Amino acid sequence: MASRDDIKFLSNPKIGQKKQKYCRFRKFGIKHIDYKDPDFLLQFVNQQGKILPRRITGNSLKYQRKVATAIKRARHLAMLPYVSDLLK
Amino acid sequence: MSDPMKNYEITFIVDPVLSGEEIKATAQTYVDLLTNEGCKIVHVDEMGLRQLAYPINKRTSGVYYCIEFIVETGELISQMELALRRDERIMRFLTVKLDKYGVKYNEDKRNGLIGTVKKKPKKSDKDNKRDNRGRRDNRDRRDRDNRSQNNNNKDKADNQAKSEEKKTEAGE
Repeated sequence: MASRDDIKFLSNPKIGQKKQKYCRFRKFGIKHIDYKDPDFLLQFVNQQGKILPRRITGNSLKYQRKVATAIKRARHLAMLPYVSDLLK
Repeated sequence: MSDPMKNYEITFIVDPVLSGEEIKATAQTYVDLLTNEGCKIVHVDEMGLRQLAYPINKRTSGVYYCIEFIVETGELISQMELALRRDERIMRFLTVKLDKYGVKYNEDKRNGLIGTVKKKPKKSDKDNKRDNRGRRDNRDRRDRDNRSQNNNNKDKADNQAKSEEKKTEAGE
Protein backbone atom coordinates (compact mmCIF):
# COMPACT_ATOMS: atom_id res chain seq x y z
CA MET A 1 0.00 0.00 0.00
CA ALA A 2 1.07 3.57 -0.41
CA SER A 3 3.13 4.76 2.50
CA ARG A 4 3.71 8.41 3.22
CA ASP A 5 6.91 8.42 1.20
CA ASP A 6 5.03 7.42 -1.93
CA ILE A 7 2.60 10.32 -1.78
CA LYS A 8 3.67 13.12 -4.04
CA PHE A 9 2.80 16.67 -3.12
CA LEU A 10 2.33 19.38 -5.67
CA SER A 11 3.64 22.04 -3.31
CA ASN A 12 6.27 21.69 -0.63
CA PRO A 13 4.38 20.39 2.45
CA LYS A 14 6.79 22.21 4.78
CA ILE A 15 5.76 25.61 3.47
CA GLY A 16 3.26 26.46 6.20
CA GLN A 17 5.47 25.41 9.10
CA LYS A 18 7.35 28.06 11.01
CA LYS A 19 10.98 27.38 11.75
CA GLN A 20 12.28 28.67 15.04
CA LYS A 21 15.13 31.14 14.52
CA TYR A 22 18.04 31.24 16.92
CA CYS A 23 21.27 33.08 17.43
CA ARG A 24 23.99 30.70 16.31
CA PHE A 25 26.64 32.56 18.31
CA ARG A 26 24.72 32.02 21.54
CA LYS A 27 23.81 28.48 20.67
CA PHE A 28 27.33 27.34 19.82
CA GLY A 29 29.19 29.64 22.17
CA ILE A 30 31.13 31.60 19.57
CA LYS A 31 32.62 34.59 21.30
CA HIS A 32 34.78 36.14 18.63
CA ILE A 33 33.94 36.84 15.00
CA ASP A 34 36.96 36.93 12.74
CA TYR A 35 37.02 39.60 10.05
CA LYS A 36 39.68 37.64 8.14
CA ASP A 37 37.28 34.83 7.36
CA PRO A 38 35.16 36.00 4.41
CA ASP A 39 33.59 32.59 3.82
CA PHE A 40 31.98 32.69 7.23
CA LEU A 41 30.85 36.30 6.91
CA LEU A 42 29.28 35.54 3.56
CA GLN A 43 26.38 33.97 5.42
CA PHE A 44 25.37 37.35 6.77
CA VAL A 45 25.23 39.35 3.56
CA ASN A 46 22.81 39.21 0.65
CA GLN A 47 23.63 38.94 -3.02
CA GLN A 48 24.42 42.63 -3.29
CA GLY A 49 26.82 42.40 -0.36
CA LYS A 50 24.49 44.17 2.05
CA ILE A 51 24.36 43.12 5.67
CA LEU A 52 21.28 41.03 6.40
CA PRO A 53 18.93 42.24 9.15
CA ARG A 54 18.45 40.44 12.41
CA ARG A 55 14.94 39.42 11.57
CA ILE A 56 16.35 37.15 8.86
CA THR A 57 19.56 35.86 10.44
CA GLY A 58 18.11 35.54 13.95
CA ASN A 59 21.25 36.90 15.61
CA SER A 60 20.99 38.49 19.03
CA LEU A 61 21.67 42.20 19.16
CA LYS A 62 25.09 41.77 20.75
CA TYR A 63 26.37 39.47 18.02
CA GLN A 64 24.62 41.29 15.20
CA ARG A 65 26.71 44.33 16.15
CA LYS A 66 29.87 42.24 16.13
CA VAL A 67 28.97 40.71 12.78
CA ALA A 68 28.39 44.18 11.36
CA THR A 69 31.81 45.46 12.50
CA ALA A 70 33.50 42.30 11.22
CA ILE A 71 31.88 42.71 7.81
CA LYS A 72 32.87 46.36 7.65
CA ARG A 73 36.46 45.50 8.51
CA ALA A 74 36.50 42.75 5.90
CA ARG A 75 35.23 45.24 3.33
CA HIS A 76 38.03 47.65 4.15
CA LEU A 77 40.57 44.90 3.57
CA ALA A 78 38.93 43.95 0.25
CA MET A 79 37.92 40.54 1.53
CA LEU A 80 34.26 41.34 0.95
CA PRO A 81 32.95 43.76 -1.69
CA TYR A 82 31.23 47.00 -0.78
CA VAL A 83 28.85 46.58 -3.69
CA SER A 84 28.45 43.65 -6.00
CA ASP A 85 26.04 41.75 -8.16
CA LEU A 86 25.39 38.07 -7.83
CA LEU A 87 27.70 37.48 -4.91
CA LYS A 88 27.49 33.80 -3.87
CA MET B 1 43.51 45.57 38.47
CA SER B 2 43.39 44.90 34.79
CA ASP B 3 46.18 43.47 32.72
CA PRO B 4 48.31 46.36 31.45
CA MET B 5 49.50 44.49 28.37
CA LYS B 6 47.41 44.96 25.27
CA ASN B 7 47.06 42.70 22.28
CA TYR B 8 46.95 44.25 18.85
CA GLU B 9 46.68 42.87 15.39
CA ILE B 10 47.83 44.64 12.23
CA THR B 11 46.68 43.28 8.89
CA PHE B 12 48.11 44.78 5.73
CA ILE B 13 48.12 44.12 2.00
CA VAL B 14 51.43 44.28 0.14
CA ASP B 15 51.64 45.12 -3.54
CA PRO B 16 51.86 41.82 -5.46
CA VAL B 17 53.93 43.35 -8.30
CA LEU B 18 57.06 43.20 -6.12
CA SER B 19 59.23 40.11 -6.20
CA GLY B 20 58.82 37.44 -3.54
CA GLU B 21 61.89 38.56 -1.61
CA GLU B 22 60.85 42.19 -1.64
CA ILE B 23 57.45 41.29 -0.27
CA LYS B 24 59.05 39.30 2.53
CA ALA B 25 61.46 42.12 3.23
CA THR B 26 58.56 44.57 3.49
CA ALA B 27 56.83 42.43 6.07
CA GLN B 28 60.10 41.93 7.91
CA THR B 29 60.72 45.69 8.22
CA TYR B 30 57.48 46.08 10.15
CA VAL B 31 58.20 43.10 12.34
CA ASP B 32 61.61 44.65 13.10
CA LEU B 33 60.04 48.03 13.74
CA LEU B 34 57.72 46.50 16.30
CA THR B 35 60.42 44.49 18.06
CA ASN B 36 62.64 47.56 18.24
CA GLU B 37 59.85 49.38 20.04
CA GLY B 38 59.77 46.66 22.67
CA CYS B 39 56.78 44.69 21.44
CA LYS B 40 56.42 41.00 21.89
CA ILE B 41 55.47 39.45 18.56
CA VAL B 42 52.97 36.68 19.13
CA HIS B 43 52.58 35.50 15.58
CA VAL B 44 53.17 36.62 12.00
CA ASP B 45 50.56 35.13 9.75
CA GLU B 46 51.40 35.04 6.07
CA MET B 47 48.07 34.62 4.35
CA GLY B 48 49.62 34.73 0.91
CA LEU B 49 48.35 36.00 -2.41
CA ARG B 50 44.61 36.53 -2.47
CA GLN B 51 42.16 37.91 -4.95
CA LEU B 52 40.77 41.28 -3.87
CA ALA B 53 37.02 41.76 -3.77
CA TYR B 54 37.42 45.07 -5.60
CA PRO B 55 40.42 46.70 -7.28
CA ILE B 56 42.74 48.87 -5.14
CA ASN B 57 45.23 51.10 -6.98
CA LYS B 58 44.38 49.20 -10.16
CA ARG B 59 45.52 45.91 -8.65
CA THR B 60 43.19 42.94 -8.44
CA SER B 61 45.20 40.81 -6.02
CA GLY B 62 47.37 41.37 -2.99
CA VAL B 63 49.62 39.62 -0.48
CA TYR B 64 48.06 39.59 2.97
CA TYR B 65 50.07 39.68 6.18
CA CYS B 66 48.81 39.68 9.74
CA ILE B 67 51.02 40.52 12.73
CA GLU B 68 49.75 39.89 16.22
CA PHE B 69 51.72 41.50 19.04
CA ILE B 70 51.61 42.46 22.69
CA VAL B 71 52.63 45.89 23.95
CA GLU B 72 52.14 47.91 27.13
CA THR B 73 50.95 51.19 25.65
CA GLY B 74 49.26 52.01 22.40
CA GLU B 75 51.52 54.98 21.73
CA LEU B 76 53.51 53.30 19.02
CA ILE B 77 50.40 52.47 17.03
CA SER B 78 50.18 55.95 15.54
CA GLN B 79 53.87 55.78 14.68
CA MET B 80 53.38 52.40 13.08
CA GLU B 81 50.38 53.56 11.08
CA LEU B 82 52.27 56.59 9.85
CA ALA B 83 55.03 54.33 8.57
CA LEU B 84 52.50 52.11 6.85
CA ARG B 85 50.74 55.07 5.31
CA ARG B 86 53.98 56.47 3.91
CA ASP B 87 55.00 53.16 2.44
CA GLU B 88 54.07 52.82 -1.23
CA ARG B 89 54.35 49.06 -1.12
CA ILE B 90 51.44 48.79 1.31
CA MET B 91 48.04 48.96 -0.32
CA ARG B 92 45.81 48.74 2.76
CA PHE B 93 46.20 48.18 6.47
CA LEU B 94 44.00 47.72 9.50
CA THR B 95 44.91 47.82 13.16
CA VAL B 96 42.62 46.10 15.63
CA LYS B 97 42.84 45.77 19.37
CA LEU B 98 41.97 42.25 20.41
CA ASP B 99 39.81 41.46 23.39
CA LYS B 100 40.34 38.29 25.40
CA TYR B 101 38.08 36.27 23.10
CA GLY B 102 40.02 37.46 20.08
CA VAL B 103 43.29 36.34 21.67
CA LYS B 104 41.83 32.96 22.45
CA TYR B 105 40.37 32.64 18.97
CA ASN B 106 43.74 33.34 17.33
CA GLU B 107 45.43 30.85 19.61
CA ASP B 108 42.88 28.19 18.74
CA LYS B 109 43.25 28.98 15.09
CA ARG B 110 47.01 28.51 15.25
CA ASN B 111 46.51 25.19 16.99
CA GLY B 112 44.19 24.11 14.22
CA LEU B 113 41.12 23.89 16.42
CA ILE B 114 39.09 26.08 14.11
CA GLY B 115 37.78 24.89 10.82
CA THR B 116 39.12 21.36 11.04
CA VAL B 117 36.23 19.38 12.47
CA LYS B 118 33.51 18.35 10.09
CA LYS B 119 31.09 16.54 12.35
CA LYS B 120 28.05 18.22 13.74
CA PRO B 121 28.61 19.28 17.34
CA LYS B 122 27.03 16.99 19.92
CA LYS B 123 25.53 18.22 23.12
CA SER B 124 27.96 16.22 25.25
CA ASP B 125 31.15 17.93 24.02
CA LYS B 126 29.59 21.35 23.94
CA ASP B 127 31.27 22.47 27.14
CA ASN B 128 34.89 21.46 26.56
CA LYS B 129 35.40 22.91 23.09
CA ARG B 130 33.57 26.12 22.79
CA ASP B 131 35.36 28.42 20.42
CA ASN B 132 35.74 26.19 17.42
CA ARG B 133 32.13 26.15 16.48
CA GLY B 134 31.99 28.80 13.82
CA ARG B 135 33.43 26.86 10.96
CA ARG B 136 31.73 23.66 11.87
CA ASP B 137 28.38 25.29 11.88
CA ASN B 138 29.25 26.85 8.59
CA ARG B 139 30.01 23.56 6.94
CA ASP B 140 26.95 21.87 8.30
CA ARG B 141 24.84 24.64 6.96
CA ARG B 142 26.34 24.32 3.54
CA ASP B 143 25.71 20.60 3.51
CA ARG B 144 22.16 21.18 4.57
CA ASP B 145 21.66 23.77 1.86
CA ASN B 146 22.95 21.40 -0.75
CA ARG B 147 20.67 18.69 0.49
CA SER B 148 17.63 20.91 0.45
CA GLN B 149 18.47 21.99 -3.06
CA ASN B 150 18.61 18.38 -4.15
CA ASN B 151 15.26 17.77 -2.55
CA ASN B 152 13.80 20.72 -4.37
CA ASN B 153 15.10 19.36 -7.63
CA LYS B 154 13.52 16.02 -6.84
CA ASP B 155 10.21 17.66 -6.10
CA LYS B 156 10.36 19.53 -9.35
CA ALA B 157 11.09 16.34 -11.26
CA ASP B 158 8.20 14.64 -9.53
CA ASN B 159 5.88 17.48 -10.35
CA GLN B 160 6.89 17.36 -13.94
CA ALA B 161 6.28 13.65 -14.10
CA LYS B 162 2.86 14.19 -12.57
CA SER B 163 1.85 16.89 -14.96
CA GLU B 164 2.90 14.69 -17.85
CA GLU B 165 0.76 11.88 -16.50
CA LYS B 166 -2.18 14.23 -16.29
CA LYS B 167 -1.65 15.30 -19.85
CA THR B 168 -1.64 11.75 -21.09
CA GLU B 169 -4.84 11.07 -19.16
CA ALA B 170 -6.48 14.10 -20.71
CA GLY B 171 -5.34 12.94 -24.12
CA GLU B 172 -7.03 9.58 -23.66
